[in-house]
Amino acid sequence: MMRKILVILAIVGFAVVLLPLAYQAGVQPAPGALATEYLEKAPAELGTANVVTAIVVSYRGFDTLGEVAVLFAATAGVGALLTRKRLGLASTREKRMPATEILRTATRFLTSLLILFGVYIFVHGHLTPGGGFQGGVVIATAILLNLLAEPESHLAHGVMTGVEALSGAAYVTLGLLGAFLAWGFLDPRVLPAGSIGALVSAGTVPLIYSVIGLKVGAELSGILDALKGDRE
Amino acid sequence: MNILEFLAGINPVAASGAIVVLIGLWGILARPNLFKIAIAFTIMETGVNLIILSVGYIRGRTAPILDSAADAATASARMTDPVPQALVLTAIVIGLAVTALMLSYAVRLRAGGGASSIESYGEEKW
Repeated sequence: MMRKILVILAIVGFAVVLLPLAYQAGVQPAPGALATEYLEKAPAELGTANVVTAIVVSYRGFDTLGEVAVLFAATAGVGALLTRKRLGLASTREKRMPATEILRTATRFLTSLLILFGVYIFVHGHLTPGGGFQGGVVIATAILLNLLAEPESHLAHGVMTGVEALSGAAYVTLGLLGAFLAWGFLDPRVLPAGSIGALVSAGTVPLIYSVIGLKVGAELSGILDALKGDRE
Repeated sequence: MNILEFLAGINPVAASGAIVVLIGLWGILARPNLFKIAIAFTIMETGVNLIILSVGYIRGRTAPILDSAADAATASARMTDPVPQALVLTAIVIGLAVTALMLSYAVRLRAGGGASSIESYGEEKW
């Protein structure tokens, strides 16, 4: 009883805190000073058509590096927690139900399309709504389909670890190139900005987003494989 | 006060976000099942993301991407605030990783012979 009252009090308190945001808050008339600065400077300085990408990859690029590191730590945690030994499962594995014909056929058809779409999304991250994280998730869905269609199959751990390590190293290398050849760590102006809207433009932004996409794709695929629960 | 005035004062995205946050909070506080608590965290997170996005939205403006609707010269007069969108992008990815980790802990506890109810773990009881 006491607990129910406390829960209701907490929810009502939270509702009171959120009320000014939801009611009579209106919407701001213009972006703040920092946002205005980003909107005006990003296309001119970096040549990115998508200002959000300019913020994520360049202006706040260090945050994104930290974010990728957090994602890596979480993947490592999931992989370490969900091994067969830790889960206390017997070493003789039970047979899984085979996937249906529909799922297997659809998977064969969709895998390459999904991977192509994922690559398209992260390569065009500086031009369109999209980028490394979104593209990486689309690639991971292709892996998920394959894991579902072939329940007995395993992800090639060596390949995944290789992709992840190489793309992480490439990310840091691109950042260091920015520090030595341009104005600071993760500065994309190592390569010329090019013309806004072209695929090859915005300096190293598409390269950085591509390695992020590969890394996120590999990490999420690792999480999906670990969640299957039959890792040694 | 007029009902129409009241409705006009509601920011629809932030209001729905606030409702989702409250549902998530209720799930975290009132549900004993560990898996449901983890899901409640993701629900709450979705609500928070909606609220953050609504803060950066500006009526009548376009997405912060240069195209025919807004070129570099008119960017700051025609685009919404890009900063909350960049923050939410980060929050979604971190939220996904944290959810996966939470669920793995729940699976581990369950597989190790524990219960899925949070009540059976002494220190977490309240």
